[in-house]
Amino acid sequence: MAKSMLIVSRHSPWSGLGAREALDIALAGGAFELPIGMLFLDDGVFQLLPGQQPAALEQKDLAANLQALPLFGVEDLYVCRQSLRLRGLDGQPLALPATPLEGPELADLFDRYDLVITL
Amino acid sequence: MKFAIALFAPPHAPSSRRALRFAEAVLAGGHEINRLFFYQDGVHNASGNVVTPQDEPDLPAQWRAFVERHKLDAVVCIAAALRRGVLDAQEAQRYGRTAIAVTPPWELSGLGQLHEAAQQADRLVCFGGV
Repeated sequence: MAKSMLIVSRHSPWSGLGAREALDIALAGGAFELPIGMLFLDDGVFQLLPGQQPAALEQKDLAANLQALPLFGVEDLYVCRQSLRLRGLDGQPLALPATPLEGPELADLFDRYDLVITL
Repeated sequence: MKFAIALFAPPHAPSSRRALRFAEAVLAGGHEINRLFFYQDGVHNASGNVVTPQDEPDLPAQWRAFVERHKLDAVVCIAAALRRGVLDAQEAQRYGRTAIAVTPPWELSGLGQLHEAAQQADRLVCFGGV
């Protein structure tokens, strides 16, 4: 049986390559039909805000790639509720159906996966 | 035990030195490394174009010596490498660039190689993720 991998994405979408390169690991794993989960943590939660305007920063839209996650079979998406709260985003609509977790729920999440990569 | 080792940090970052010392300890302890995979700024560790001051540890040279000595499977993520100008001869020719940074035994390949290594290893150990 394939090992499961949790990818912890901690970078905001416009702070460099971190968010995109974490997402690429998830999409590659999905393409190989591996059991992949993704947790948006710390500034990574900014990736989930809808209606961003990356063109103002002469950037490509990461949202389009994020929307590809379910198409690649990556449907186990999680977001740290405390990270949302600390950034004033708790309760805001998110661009992807990510399950909010906090405290011991996060520890349980890490326990459930065979492999963890943090980027 | 079989280890896959992933490195995400550039040569001047402490994580690169830690990753190399860990990899050396893995083999010294009688274990196996099924693949090294360099991603993000870690790709610079596979570059032959890094010039390190003489009184500092030359991580790219140390990695190369380590890979050659133990005949390791050493993969550099091609997408991350292209973005950072860390090309092998084939990619330099493909994109019309003059600088070749990566030569065998390093190999440019895709992220599938990271997943494959992680699936086949007993442990995936990552360095330099933030």
